[in-house]
Amino acid sequence: MLDPIAVLNAVAAGVLLGGFYAAVALGIAIAFGMLDIPNLSHPAFVVMGAFATWQLNSHFALDPVLAGLIMAPPFFLLGLVVYRLYHVCFERRGEAALQGLAFFFGVLFITEVVLVLAAGADYRSVVAPYIGTSLTFGSIILPERMLVPFAVSLAMIVLLHLFLVRSFAGRAIQAVSQDQEALRLMGVSPTRIKSLAFGLATATAAVAGSLLIVVEPVEPSIGRDFIGRAFAAVVLGGMGSFYGMLLASILLGITESIVSDMWNPSWAPAIAFGFLLPTLAFRSSGLLGRRL
Amino acid sequence: MTDTRFTLLIAAVLAALWLAGRLVSNEYVFFVGYAVAQYILLATAWNILGGYAGYINFGTAAFFALGAYVSVALHKLIAAPLPVLILAGGLASGALGLLMGGLTLKLRGVFFGIATLALAIVFQAIITNWEYVGGSSGAYVLRPAAGPWGGTYVEYLFYVMLLMAGGAVALARGIERSSIGFGLTSIRDDETASEASGVPTLRLKLLATMLSGALMGMAGAPLPFYVAYLDPPSAFNLSYAVNTIAMPLVGGTSTWIGPVIGAVLLTSVQQTAMVTISSAVNLLLVGLLMVAFITLAPNGIVGLARGQWRGRSRQQAPPEKIAE
Repeated sequence: MLDPIAVLNAVAAGVLLGGFYAAVALGIAIAFGMLDIPNLSHPAFVVMGAFATWQLNSHFALDPVLAGLIMAPPFFLLGLVVYRLYHVCFERRGEAALQGLAFFFGVLFITEVVLVLAAGADYRSVVAPYIGTSLTFGSIILPERMLVPFAVSLAMIVLLHLFLVRSFAGRAIQAVSQDQEALRLMGVSPTRIKSLAFGLATATAAVAGSLLIVVEPVEPSIGRDFIGRAFAAVVLGGMGSFYGMLLASILLGITESIVSDMWNPSWAPAIAFGFLLPTLAFRSSGLLGRRL
Repeated sequence: MTDTRFTLLIAAVLAALWLAGRLVSNEYVFFVGYAVAQYILLATAWNILGGYAGYINFGTAAFFALGAYVSVALHKLIAAPLPVLILAGGLASGALGLLMGGLTLKLRGVFFGIATLALAIVFQAIITNWEYVGGSSGAYVLRPAAGPWGGTYVEYLFYVMLLMAGGAVALARGIERSSIGFGLTSIRDDETASEASGVPTLRLKLLATMLSGALMGMAGAPLPFYVAYLDPPSAFNLSYAVNTIAMPLVGGTSTWIGPVIGAVLLTSVQQTAMVTISSAVNLLLVGLLMVAFITLAPNGIVGLARGQWRGRSRQQAPPEKIAE
């Protein structure tokens, strides 16, 4: 029968995996959950972040996570540009949702092909002291290459949450997701607040990308596997809610880990869909409802 | 153009292409012709839901590959003839469309789009684990040497695909001009208003999703014979989804001719580019064209042409009419 220690290990690995998924989903929780911008290209930006990390790591022997943090400001600027384009072409014309979806799909595809052209279709990986080692607690083994992304991801989510709750700009971002008109009456431009938020969302892709390449080797089209996962986590988590998204990511990670260990790893990408479809069909308000 | 005249026109175009095909001895022409006809079919199928109703389906690969794999399975099981395989592929993908629609179409269109994107990934996992149709190592399908009416089998496949593409275009045109088409367009323009005026929106959306899915499945059914070796990464290639969305958007989504123009244009560009430059650049071209058209010319080539025409007729109009 099932070995309890193996199950325990699978659950522990799943929690770490889920924590990392939350880093990928965070940008979508902001862009889609709060701003209602269906940014399908976010996972492709994450992969771009991973490739940038690979470059910095292989040329300057920079620590991957540090490389991700260094790349965050340029990604913030990239987010501003993408949002500007989206705003001018779709939001202002009032046909945002569906045309915008096709637009982001195009951006996803272009990013992927450009990465193939620039870096080739091979798998890339990084070198760091915590890749290959693991911590042991009794009979539970935690690989550090999962532990570090988990910790960084949690820190990023908590910091961003504090920013949203404490700072004026953060509260304005929350306000823009609730009532744009009221924000305008307070003398704040919704467009500026939205571009700030979208920039932040894209900046998280740089960090998530550096975590991705620590977790596993990366090739350009790998981002697609995360679209289903990230959107499932955001929808199941209740759209704008960070902690709901984190909880949903961890549930997803545990399920994937158990299925991979006990059954067959090739089923793992399909599990996100198993989460997403019933949520959409039966509980579209998500696990924790629409609260931050 | 009346319906009878349109049907005659389609029949005439098909017959002319068939006659032209009789004169061709180079098989490569049929390979390219098949690809063009397949994309006309896929783009037209996508446009029934995406163009008329405004619900974007990113899961073309899922519907298309389901048709192809149903065909592989049935071919292996009972060696069924091609028309039966096409019918079965269409039924399977139509049922999938109905199921997907039933679960997600009550929500906003964005959610439907995201769910279809995830659908393609799930189906790839299912097929990869389905050993009977070759699993991850792929399936070899022996293509018969000759078609049932003489000529090579590729020639036969080309005519079958051409016939289906012609049928799909006629169907799309029929839908466009019927109350179904008006209902779908009203959903695209304002779903709430349309629902309030008594349009059975959910039923229409389900019908469109089912039809669109069925046509994509039919497009996929001959694929195993065309490629002779089918594995999940090629059957579920993202380029099917991108091309199928890019073609109607480039051609124009509001009318049946748009997807046809887009499909012919993009497939010929890609067939030329494939020979002259790398396939990655080729895909980049499609992606850039798609984004350029969505942002700059949301009504596609048809929209640009109409704008031109309208501009010219306004110039030629008598001055007092302009004063009005």
